[in-house]
Amino acid sequence: MEYKPIRKVVSGNYAAAYAVKHARVEVVAAYPITPQTSIIEKIAEFLANGEVENLEYVPVESEHSAMAACIGASAAGARVFTATSAQGLALMHEMLHWASGARLPVVMVDVNRAMAPPWSVWDDQTDSLAQRDTGWMQFYAENNQEVYDGVLMAFKVAETVNLPAMVVESAFILSHTYDVVEMIPQELVDEFLPPRKPLYTLTDFDNPIAVGALGTPADYYEFRYKIQKAMEKAKEVIRDVGKEFGEKFGRDYSQMIELYRTEDADFVFMGMGSLMGTVKQAVDVLREEGYKVGAAKVRWFRPFPKEELYELAKNVEGIAVLDRNYSFGMEGILFTEAKGALYNTKAKPLMKNYIVGLGGRDFTVSDVRKIAENMKAIIEKGELDVEVDWYHLKR
Amino acid sequence: MEIPENVRKRLSIPADEHFYAGHTACQGCGASLGLRYVLKAYGKKTIFAIPACCSTIIAGPWPYSALDANLFHTAFETTGAVIGGIEAALKAKGYKVKGEDGIMVVGWAGDGGTADIGLQALSGFLERGHDAVYIMYDNEAYMNTGIQRSSSTPYGAWTTNTPGGKMHFLEKRNKKKVIDIVIAHEVPYAATASIAYPEDFIRKLKKAQKIPGPSFIQLFAPCPTGWRSPTDKSIELARLAVQTAYFPLFEYENGKYKINMPSTKKEPKPIEEFLKYQGRFKYMTKEDIERLQEWVNREWEKLKKLAEVFG
Repeated sequence: MEYKPIRKVVSGNYAAAYAVKHARVEVVAAYPITPQTSIIEKIAEFLANGEVENLEYVPVESEHSAMAACIGASAAGARVFTATSAQGLALMHEMLHWASGARLPVVMVDVNRAMAPPWSVWDDQTDSLAQRDTGWMQFYAENNQEVYDGVLMAFKVAETVNLPAMVVESAFILSHTYDVVEMIPQELVDEFLPPRKPLYTLTDFDNPIAVGALGTPADYYEFRYKIQKAMEKAKEVIRDVGKEFGEKFGRDYSQMIELYRTEDADFVFMGMGSLMGTVKQAVDVLREEGYKVGAAKVRWFRPFPKEELYELAKNVEGIAVLDRNYSFGMEGILFTEAKGALYNTKAKPLMKNYIVGLGGRDFTVSDVRKIAENMKAIIEKGELDVEVDWYHLKR
Repeated sequence: MEIPENVRKRLSIPADEHFYAGHTACQGCGASLGLRYVLKAYGKKTIFAIPACCSTIIAGPWPYSALDANLFHTAFETTGAVIGGIEAALKAKGYKVKGEDGIMVVGWAGDGGTADIGLQALSGFLERGHDAVYIMYDNEAYMNTGIQRSSSTPYGAWTTNTPGGKMHFLEKRNKKKVIDIVIAHEVPYAATASIAYPEDFIRKLKKAQKIPGPSFIQLFAPCPTGWRSPTDKSIELARLAVQTAYFPLFEYENGKYKINMPSTKKEPKPIEEFLKYQGRFKYMTKEDIERLQEWVNREWEKLKKLAEVFG
């Protein structure tokens, strides 16, 4: 069947819901929390209109139970989805470990939202990045198209390596903003994403199993190592699945870090999620103004694409790491990761951390220009002014 | 061991064993006996979800399992949610769930994991109406972690959080009536049961299997370790808990209450009968015992009234 995309104008949240429908998800368990809510509302609408079959919808009483129900359903062999945001994700934290530890390929959309207090419903990546060590893969979407594509790819990758995956989109900037999304006809999604083949199942009664039993010091260590091996394998799978997606549907995701106009760049802006759309636009503007700059969008934060980062770092003089998140007592989280990944390599570009857009603060093309001016100055001088720049701070 | 057919026919409890010897329960453990009865009633076509509790240990460490049934060990507060999720997946995949030939999804959790940390997930499970059975085995404290009080610990009991001492720092609250909270959800079936009355327990398990929707059974299961009681007195203590009406046996089915006491004519024995053999109650004063007796009387009268009016 020839690929003819179906174009729909949808919000990021609806893009996620359509992907869930097209992935033929069997169990959705979720708790409503702003700004994620419209994902599960849309799925309920699909059910109400008879647009999905064989989907069990479990409206649970908390995010902790949402993830627990997803884990039970996934252990029983189903393809499972949930969605959450900020405080809800924090409440799920314990069960995120359970999903990866039990090797269950649950897929979730997290709508990035700042943590309280003070209360905020706006964009900020600290919620998802705080889940860094839970054994979940993390894909950061730049736009609604990537939310849709990301969910479909996440299922394929997760079910191949038996680890859970999170697709992350920005609160309101994507979740509630409408844009054209090219959707894939159901038959082609079915070809791309066949039914799940579980690693184990609780429904073989002749050969019963016990999952998640006590792991003594003689065995626990090896369980952890196997998760790491699965994460390493996930890198290959992600690149293959991304390539296959590109060949079939025209949008290539084979690079774990998407490079934009970096070939001859003196320095690049590196970041994740929707802010990179702004950065790409700014790169075009800055290029016309004579700056030799590019953008490096980290698509997959876990597993972390060390190899791509090294290749990039070899060829640039500076990297401006834009963090819409913060690890208190240290610095932006992506900055730590990127520096750490390069420490034992020969690539030593000047790296500076710009903390931007926390709690939904606007981040615009003119902000990128100011950062470019600063980067240019420090590269010429050959040393940093400050390592971590709270860029928007009212002084 | 092969049981001759003529003997097998006369047995009121299924002869089949799906809970293996070699499990790691303490001597005289009421919970392990309860688990054995559940497996006798439901057979191996059962999926268990067991949270952090004694049974996590009893079932055995990886790669072992004492259960001849599928088992998912889960986090402390999640039993209700996990069995809901398993049931949803089975339905989405087209399996028959519950009923005589369906897959039995069973949550098996202690009193702490049910009455305290797991209460929210239990409520969600009951309220959404999943076709599964939730069994709370009640040994009246957190036994697995070293005998800490739970909200199911009775008035006057010693635990490691209520150690008595010079200041008489014993448990000061009455036992939480979890089954009343369950019934408030208008569940189709809820019951109390005791390891001292296995026929009654198995009958209730079978009933829970047949009735669609969520079922709840609160199983009284003595713990010699935590109760500071002789290991050969567990059944006797469980029986005395019923005979004193400290833990009366009853069923709630679609709005109707039915008391299932071994003898309906006999008045309950005094609470002292239940307290004996148990080191956990030895710090109680005469006034403490009177207060506990008052609570038992009050709750027993309330139950009788409910059975009379809604019987």
